[in-house]
Amino acid sequence: MELFGMIITGIGTIFLLIGNLGILRLPDVYNRIQAGTKCTTLGAFLTIIGVGIIQPAWFWKCLLIALFVLVTNPISSHAIARGSHKSGVPMCDRSVVDKSKEFEEYKATKATIKIVAFKEKK
Amino acid sequence: MIIVVSLLIILMLISAIAALIFKDLISAVIAACMVSLIASILFYFLHAPDVAMAEASIGAALVTVIFIIAIRRTKRHEE
Amino acid sequence: MSETIILIFSAIIALGIFLSFLRMLLGPTASDRAVAVDTITTTVVALLVLLGFVFKRYVYLDVSLVYSVLAFVGLVALARFLEKGI
Repeated sequence: MELFGMIITGIGTIFLLIGNLGILRLPDVYNRIQAGTKCTTLGAFLTIIGVGIIQPAWFWKCLLIALFVLVTNPISSHAIARGSHKSGVPMCDRSVVDKSKEFEEYKATKATIKIVAFKEKK
Repeated sequence: MIIVVSLLIILMLISAIAALIFKDLISAVIAACMVSLIASILFYFLHAPDVAMAEASIGAALVTVIFIIAIRRTKRHEE
Repeated sequence: MSETIILIFSAIIALGIFLSFLRMLLGPTASDRAVAVDTITTTVVALLVLLGFVFKRYVYLDVSLVYSVLAFVGLVALARFLEKGI
């Protein structure tokens, strides 16, 4: 059981190191968010669960901490991404698509179509 | 042990000097949050977990939120 | 034996924290720094659990529990400011 927990903790450590390396190396805010939330959430989850497996008396508290990390980290990353897109942080040169801007334009055209139809019905 | 503690103190000093230098005040608030985080790790290393808990709750949440509300009422960039 | 291996893992995680700290220093905009602090927070939660295992104290896990909840509040307030208006 101890060897199994040690292997899980090692895999989580590798994921944490790769996530932090991606924060330093990637060219853009949005790429950095993608590296910094996926790798880090999985790495922290595996590391904390691994410590709980090594020492079975600590398992339930470790599971509680891991569930808190699993809930709060994607919410804060999503909020930061939405805020930086709204405040106009530019993308890098090689990015090809901006789905959020397309959705805003689509919603604007749909609203104008609705207003025109409402006026015609009147 | 003493090597780790001195390395943490050096990182904390660099972060505090960066909070002085930055012209964007939001970046300065983030650097101050970083100072509080490293202080929390330092208390944890010196076997005082209750002080570390208080430092984390005050420095990470309360001071950041109060500074952000204050910056929102005034200007963001410093001349 | 197991404490030594866990201590080596903690050293690797501390190297990761240093890499992310560099991005916090030289990021061009404020959003980069916010993302770096978000990553450092999650990494520090894992590091504190590992060090609590090395020190053999059950009470030390509480610090990690409090930190994972309360750093979330500050980051969400920061993101709400970046979106113009709190």
